[in-house]
Amino acid sequence: MMVAPVTPKSWYLPSKPHKFCPGCGHGIVLKALGEAIDELEIQDRTVFGCDIGCSLLSWDFFACDSTQTHHGRTTPVMVGIKRSRPELITIGYMGDGGGYSIGSQHLLNAAVRNEKVTLILVNNTNYGMTGGQMAPTTLPGQKTETSPFGRDPEETGYPTKGPEFIAELTPDSAYVARATVSKYNQLKRFIRNALRNQMEGNGFSFVEVLSTCPTNWRTNAQQTWRFLEDEMEPYFPVGELKTPFGKGGAK
Amino acid sequence: MPNVIGETKKAFITGNEAVAWATLAAGADIMFGYPITPQNEVMHYWTRLAPKHGRGFLQTEDEISAGFTVCGAVQAGKKAFTATAGPGNVLMQEPFGMAEAMRLPLVAIIQQRGGPSSGTVIYSQQEVTLTTFGGNGEGHRIVYSTATHQEMYDYTIKAFNSAWKYRFPTFVLGDGYQAKMREPLEMYNPEEKGLEIVKPFPLVGLDGHIGDNREPQHLCNIYSMEEELYEVVLDFVKDYNAIIPEVAEYQAQQCEDAEIIILTHGVVSRAADDAVKILRSQGIKAGSFRPITLRPFPTNDLRNVIANSKAKTMLIAESAYGQLDRLVKQEIYGETIKIENLFMPGVGIIDYDIISKVKSII
Repeated sequence: MMVAPVTPKSWYLPSKPHKFCPGCGHGIVLKALGEAIDELEIQDRTVFGCDIGCSLLSWDFFACDSTQTHHGRTTPVMVGIKRSRPELITIGYMGDGGGYSIGSQHLLNAAVRNEKVTLILVNNTNYGMTGGQMAPTTLPGQKTETSPFGRDPEETGYPTKGPEFIAELTPDSAYVARATVSKYNQLKRFIRNALRNQMEGNGFSFVEVLSTCPTNWRTNAQQTWRFLEDEMEPYFPVGELKTPFGKGGAK
Repeated sequence: MPNVIGETKKAFITGNEAVAWATLAAGADIMFGYPITPQNEVMHYWTRLAPKHGRGFLQTEDEISAGFTVCGAVQAGKKAFTATAGPGNVLMQEPFGMAEAMRLPLVAIIQQRGGPSSGTVIYSQQEVTLTTFGGNGEGHRIVYSTATHQEMYDYTIKAFNSAWKYRFPTFVLGDGYQAKMREPLEMYNPEEKGLEIVKPFPLVGLDGHIGDNREPQHLCNIYSMEEELYEVVLDFVKDYNAIIPEVAEYQAQQCEDAEIIILTHGVVSRAADDAVKILRSQGIKAGSFRPITLRPFPTNDLRNVIANSKAKTMLIAESAYGQLDRLVKQEIYGETIKIENLFMPGVGIIDYDIISKVKSII
């Protein structure tokens, strides 16, 4: 017997099934985000903004007011909305290229100003939509279309550790975490905390999510999961780097 | 609308200060800005005035961010604006493009400085092409080129109305002279002059319950299919063409019996008007034409003026090397009036320059 999967109430069903590649981690992140929006009952006052790149495919993912912008510019658009209408909950959704490369000045300065927005950055170690180029997060030795012989840190530096530098820039009222699509409950808890932190008006909230890209990694299911758990997670440690909430989520 | 000006009054202030007061009087809610000369004092006055009137301000990390935060704020339904110049105007073409594509009522004050690149911090009319047709779009913008402080005040108020009424990004194109000089003007509460202030409205963050009494808003800025984008752009063209008769503005003086028409815009038009007076006193029949809107260009008006004038020659004078000239020529293609030029990129033009040029060509 076929059982229809339970979908978050805040999902926009006419846009399902979603447009991401098979095996892509975005669907998992957006499910966690949808459930968090439902649990916090913020659907009506959420404004979801997505970057260019694969994250753009989420533009009509939610039954929430949503907007698009240019590559890297989601952060200032969300800042503009939040500064104008503080009662809205603004969620910027972007990839590692948009956040750590072309939009890094916006991310960095929004963090320094402790802007009361929530940003979710999906790290899949490459530029997915444009065909698998090297990203700031590409691992040493990892082959991409623009590092076909493997990323050489002597030439192109080491992978950006976003949450680590953002934690350094932000005051204690910020929320900074790194999650992974391999640990769903933890991922959802971190996203929920990042939204709660904005709802309480505390400060900047940022979650990087380690995710999968079998299409551009050219991996099968087993290899995909192995790369995520055995290569990415040791390099990018998962956990909360800064939280105004105590262990278990109590403030 | 609260009356921030009080009684109508004379003031003797810089253009930047006039802009700050006008944005306040127009009901602007928030400014996003980044320092660049010669527009800085717009921010300086705004940051002092805004808190007294419950308005917002953010100094962003760069001009790209200033433009995109304005895009966000207007989507949220607030009257937002920025001010910039030169290389800042270059960087802002990216958010200006988004405002064009998403029909966002963004307002920007441009105080032109010398170019290319960093150029000078002083003055030019070299941001005409950039402000009218910058970006990878079709120039669906409204651009007012002001000549006096009074106009900086009047057209800043008008810019917010046009932006929110027609939903095309709207620009007040001034320059470093207008920004930094002091001159007298009258400041007024727009409603006292019978000017209706167009109310803003949100595109996201709407009232109501999604799925209950309203649908979620999905604002689109990128299209999967060529045909989708084609339809969108053609709709913009249709809407834009429809507003031209309402929006296009110009001034023409003494062109009917003129043997030469002097065509200028912005602050240079003041030199042209002085030149017309002096030339006429010397027996040379000159007239002047000035587009106030560079986009949409008052094409039919200029064609009519040419048709109804005896002039065989038109002198286009500008503080740039042909940016206005190209704009005019593309708009009046087919006219046979002879066109002469006075191009003085990045420097001021006075009546003497125009008079000398006129005498050398007729």
